[in-house]
Amino acid sequence: MINESAVFWSRVLMEVTLTFHIIYATIGVGIPLMIFIAQWVGYKKNDEHYILLARRWSRGFVITVAVGVVTGTALGLQMSLLWPNFMHLAGQVIALPLFMETFAFFFEAIFLGIYLYTWDRFDNQKKHMLLLIPVAIGGSMSAVFITTVNSFMNAPQGFDVVNGVLVNVQPLIAMFNPAMPTKVTHVVVSAYMTSAFVLASIAAFRLLKGSNHVYHKKALFLLMKLGIIFSFATALIGDYSGKYLAEYQPEKLAAAEWHFETSAGAPLVLFGILDDGEVKYEITIPYALSILAYSNPFAEVIGLEEFPQDEIPPLYIHYLFNAMVFIGMFLLFVALLYVIGKMRNWLFIHKKWFRWVMVIGGPLSIIAIETGWWLAEVGRQPWILRGLMRTEQGATTSDQVDLMFLLFCILYIVLGIGSVIVLSRMFRSNPIEMEIADREFEKR
Amino acid sequence: MSLEILGISVLWTFLFGYVIVASIDFGAGFFNAYSLLTNRSHILTKIIKRYLSPVWEVTNVFLIFFFVGIVGFFPLTAFYYGTILLVPVSISLILLGIRGSYYAFESYGSAGHKGYAFAYGVTGLLIPASFSVVFTISEGGFLEIVNGQPVLDFWKLYTSPLSWSIVLLSIAAVLYISAVFLTWYAWKANDLEASNLMRKYALIWALPLIVTAIGIMVEMRNYNELHFNSMMNLWPLFGLSGLLFLTTVWFLWKKQNYGLVVILLIFQFAFAFFAYGVSHYPYLLYPYLTIYDSFTNREMAIALIIAFLLGLCLLLPSLYLIFKLFLFNKDYVTGERKDHA
Repeated sequence: MINESAVFWSRVLMEVTLTFHIIYATIGVGIPLMIFIAQWVGYKKNDEHYILLARRWSRGFVITVAVGVVTGTALGLQMSLLWPNFMHLAGQVIALPLFMETFAFFFEAIFLGIYLYTWDRFDNQKKHMLLLIPVAIGGSMSAVFITTVNSFMNAPQGFDVVNGVLVNVQPLIAMFNPAMPTKVTHVVVSAYMTSAFVLASIAAFRLLKGSNHVYHKKALFLLMKLGIIFSFATALIGDYSGKYLAEYQPEKLAAAEWHFETSAGAPLVLFGILDDGEVKYEITIPYALSILAYSNPFAEVIGLEEFPQDEIPPLYIHYLFNAMVFIGMFLLFVALLYVIGKMRNWLFIHKKWFRWVMVIGGPLSIIAIETGWWLAEVGRQPWILRGLMRTEQGATTSDQVDLMFLLFCILYIVLGIGSVIVLSRMFRSNPIEMEIADREFEKR
Repeated sequence: MSLEILGISVLWTFLFGYVIVASIDFGAGFFNAYSLLTNRSHILTKIIKRYLSPVWEVTNVFLIFFFVGIVGFFPLTAFYYGTILLVPVSISLILLGIRGSYYAFESYGSAGHKGYAFAYGVTGLLIPASFSVVFTISEGGFLEIVNGQPVLDFWKLYTSPLSWSIVLLSIAAVLYISAVFLTWYAWKANDLEASNLMRKYALIWALPLIVTAIGIMVEMRNYNELHFNSMMNLWPLFGLSGLLFLTTVWFLWKKQNYGLVVILLIFQFAFAFFAYGVSHYPYLLYPYLTIYDSFTNREMAIALIIAFLLGLCLLLPSLYLIFKLFLFNKDYVTGERKDHA
């Protein structure tokens, strides 16, 4: 039995929850690493500014973690509440990484609590910094395990189906599915990248809004350097993701690239619109799709024509793919300009307009994360478990999903606004100049 | 021991952990809000804050561990409970969402904000109330199977005296556990004023606790005779729990042995909680679901147990560390140390 309206609202609610949660989850994975790096640089250079940087970031981090934890709890339970049939099936094969995720998260939560409440407690400050290692590992491992579950949905394996029953279950084979290596690394590294650009955006914003303190300049330079490393790594892994798709999920790649007919030496289509099945106003890069898919300009890439109409994802994911890739490239370019400019004393990087570019880099990187996840999820449709279970088969049959959708929307609005207000008030009422002055005063 | 029993025992133990730590947290939030409203916040707020701050996030993890674990070990529960619990658990989730984030907003953002503290206090009572509905539903009789899909009978559930008694019990238990714990915690911090106030609350909530607990056992006879009979077979365990309860109240009355009182309290609830759990065996949901027909495959069960053991090796030392640094650290408890970022 399938309840059409329940399917629709379950999809909408899941999408909204994921969209909201992923903002906080992504920075929750990345920021501990940034804090660690700042604190480490601070001890290495014996520079109080970097240590203050770590301290102030961790104060703001608690707020985002709180929202990340509660929305993550909601997301975790919604998997069973909205997709009971899917969880019944998938739980038999992929429960292991889900279970391990709770341990990773437990580990992170404990050490974060300790880290936050033991500033100045140890005689040797470096001991305190070491507490961040389990926090950062716990956060990143959470992402690894959860993304492993998601990759299983894209490339299920590790079991046999005999008369509709799952047999020969091999939990580790299920975990290490073909989608897992590229997806996991892409998610983790892009979380580091996003965190760097979000924090850089704040520093650039402070510099624009009157504060000319060297503290913000140090932060910006450090973060832009990290931004280069992580956005380059993200792009590189993204390329491998394309090769994975070509091999294992060709319909997803073909839909994202508007590649309709199987052909060798396939060009890459950028932007454009679809008019009656015709692509118009697009930009075409010859051979680029074949290179993306197989590292070979003459390789044959499977087109959408080879799949039944009811087994291909919606074609609008093309735009999601384009947005993600272009934002990633743009941010890499901005970070490169800033770092090279800083070393060569180019003046324009200190101009107002360039600082504004770095400010919008933060929101843009979040948009890239969102479009990336929408691409991953919508691109898997019509499947919830590719090849095995269609999304509508996995959904609940309950009649109250629409009402729950409304309630959760109100919750997310309240949390979203609340976290922004609290964060901006926290830093506005205690700007860096004041904190440095207070600390000087205390030392005397 | 069969894998099924091993699995459910691990999960039940974690749920017990959640019941205890979450009760302390929920009750503390309520007492904090109540003292703000009655202008007695100077007595309680500091002591409550000091306990809650480093551990609030850890509390939530016990819950996540339980529900992830139950779907892992018993995937069929996702089908039954997932379908029928959409509304009650969504409401709990929304309350948890408000509670968790507003705690952080208040303590790291704007301290002393009355609205945040109030939201934190009220949700502390509503969350156990909404979660306790799960226990009522598990007794059976509140759902039907329509076209092969379970459907919850809301009207029957919300007009049932059993579900309201369980709601009352959950609230009384939360306030009692929390008050007893904080009596000890404040006493340890040499804060006698706060300790005496919490002792008073503990004694007040002892009576509703025992009345609702006994009432529910009596009511159970009309709802689920099978379960009632197996509870009666375990009467020594429930009796022991009752004895521990009386001893706890006696010591509280005499203002003696607060440290021992907390241990007695934990054992009192452990006996009652595990006796209840054992009497529920083998049903997860009367009469549709037992731990045997919902169990996952052998390979997954073994993998989960290995992961659990490895996880414990990581977890127990970390829990020990956080307790040592905060709960059992004299300087921290008495407020000598202020090392917050």
